[in-house]
Amino acid sequence: MLSPEALARIDREIAKYPAGQKQSAVMAALRIAQEEKGWLSEETIAFVADYLEMPPVAVYEVATFYNMYDLAPVGKYKLTVCTNLPCALSGGYHAAEHLKERLGIDFNETTPDGLFTLKEGECMGACGDAPVLLVNNHRMCCRMTRERLDALLETLKRQATENTQ
Amino acid sequence: MSTLKLGQMILKDCDESRWRLADYEARGGYQVLRRILTENWSQERVIEEVKTSALRGRGGAGFPTGLKWSFMPRQFPGEKYVVCNSDEGEPGTFKDRDILRYNPHSVIEGMIIAGYAMGASCGYNYIHGEIFEVYERFEEALEEARRAGYLGENILGSGFHFELYAHHGYGAYICGEETALLESIEGKKGQPRFKPPFPASYGLYGKPTTINNTETFASVPFLLAMGGEQFLHLGKPNNGGMKIFSVSGHVNRPGNYEIPMGTPFSELLELAGGVRGGRKLKAVIPGGSSAPVVPGDVMMECTMDYDSIAQAGSMLGSGAVIVMDETTCMVKALERLSYFYYEESCGQCTPCREGTGWLYRIVHRIEHGQGRVEDLELLESATSNIMGRTICALGDAASMPVQSFIKHFRDEFLYHIEHKRCLVPPEVQWAGSDIYVEA
Ligand SMILES: Cc1cc2nc3c(=O)[nH]c(=O)nc-3n(C[C@H](O)[C@H](O)[C@H](O)COP(=O)(O)O)c2cc1C
Ligand code: SF4
Ligand code: FES
Repeated sequence: MLSPEALARIDREIAKYPAGQKQSAVMAALRIAQEEKGWLSEETIAFVADYLEMPPVAVYEVATFYNMYDLAPVGKYKLTVCTNLPCALSGGYHAAEHLKERLGIDFNETTPDGLFTLKEGECMGACGDAPVLLVNNHRMCCRMTRERLDALLETLKRQATENTQ
Repeated sequence: MSTLKLGQMILKDCDESRWRLADYEARGGYQVLRRILTENWSQERVIEEVKTSALRGRGGAGFPTGLKWSFMPRQFPGEKYVVCNSDEGEPGTFKDRDILRYNPHSVIEGMIIAGYAMGASCGYNYIHGEIFEVYERFEEALEEARRAGYLGENILGSGFHFELYAHHGYGAYICGEETALLESIEGKKGQPRFKPPFPASYGLYGKPTTINNTETFASVPFLLAMGGEQFLHLGKPNNGGMKIFSVSGHVNRPGNYEIPMGTPFSELLELAGGVRGGRKLKAVIPGGSSAPVVPGDVMMECTMDYDSIAQAGSMLGSGAVIVMDETTCMVKALERLSYFYYEESCGQCTPCREGTGWLYRIVHRIEHGQGRVEDLELLESATSNIMGRTICALGDAASMPVQSFIKHFRDEFLYHIEHKRCLVPPEVQWAGSDIYVEA
């Protein structure tokens, strides 16, 4: 179900923990699976459970507990904007409003072309860099002025068309 | 483009291009570890030195680090663990991210020394989910340390063995609570454990474990290099050392400032460029979102250390200083924080699960012009039903902002209830918190 590369990465995670504690690698395994599949379907969760010799329900519990796992499909680019108080004092909501307007969607919605999903996030531990947003969980964009938000959207759109060509 | 504005110890002379092993060694890194191992220091000597320094935990509670280390059954054989808490998610706090990306080896060296002092041969660093790029860098730094022989078997020929790994979180504030963090490393939902037993007797995989914050571990090589006594004198009695303050909100130069404990708040504010646009200071949350809010004028009289901030009725916590100016609506600010705690409660205890929902809904209705005069009392009684009745301190963390905002800004809450709107016009609020990025 997952590629040999993904499985090799999961094996490296398993090796970090004592013998018999494979379950400790479940968070990393779900992250790696989500990177490859875009989101975590029931099949993917069952596969991870099988691979780590865990009951599927235990893996499902982990997948639902942590905010960054997606249990439903999202756009090609998931943008998560921090609006917690420190960011809110420095344009967190302004940045979110700007994105909503440019993309024509609200929080928790996806653009009709399936390119962008917008999410509201909690403190990312980067409040001095407000406004802050994450692209697909792993890439942090800091000090996002309106110009830089526009430039980001342009770059991602270009990337998406290049990938499909 | 860096949040580091002033580094005087951990963050001194390091940045995006000077985080590697060779840079750390050029700054004197790993010298202390080498000395401890070649001079064959006793475990007690290391712990005594840490005690002398009056280093207190930088993760929020300010517990004396040397004392915590002495609780570990270091003489007993068998696996023990040291765990670093880099799950920095307390709103306002962003210092551990800079330590990890600009000086990762200071954390690694601190953890190796901690392992040595407590008889542990394995450690984990739990890194906040949202900073994946920093996690990747830390993995690279670990690889450097392994290759140089600072990690692994027989470190520097001493016979001491220590392995260290990074564990990446995936978005749960509660995993910053130390026992939730351990559950999370074990591959479970991050739900705090009942204490006792404390981690020093029953921790990771049921083995004795010590958990410290990133900045705590990173301070260790420095305090041992200069000696505990001198570290103590950097700060003030009972409040040893340098401390990194993360300044955010309505200031001209948000960022990390590493300054001596006991520095006047007014100096820190000045370092941060003063209040944005020359506006008037209204309030400060001096220790991360869970710390009680302090009115601006009271704050201007404080020094930045555990004791002074406690006297002002708040907590130094993680050292996250959230500055709010006169354009801030205190009801809206509290509404956002209450939503956060409601959203992040792990749901295990009824007073926290239900209570945080109550707090959020009541503050929300006051903010949206549907509050009633009884609501303030309702909020107060809701907090007293939460505090002290929960498994972990998140319940208290959710309650303290509510209590302190109402205590100090009661008139503003009453104005909302009576007039169905804020004293500060919405357009003034919106403009006051616009995107602000220094050139
Ligand atoms: C809800 C909650 C969140 C916490 N978040 C963090 C955190 O992000 N980082 C941290 O170091 N400590 C956090 N703590 C405190 C830890 O439980 C623990 O006290 C700390 O990591 C100990 O390290 P220290 O003694 O070096 O400060 C949190 C506590 C609670 C109750
Ligand atoms: S106080 Fe809240 S967060 Fe802590 S264990 Fe109880 S329900 Fe979970
Ligand atoms: S509040 Fe947004 S990163 Fe901390």
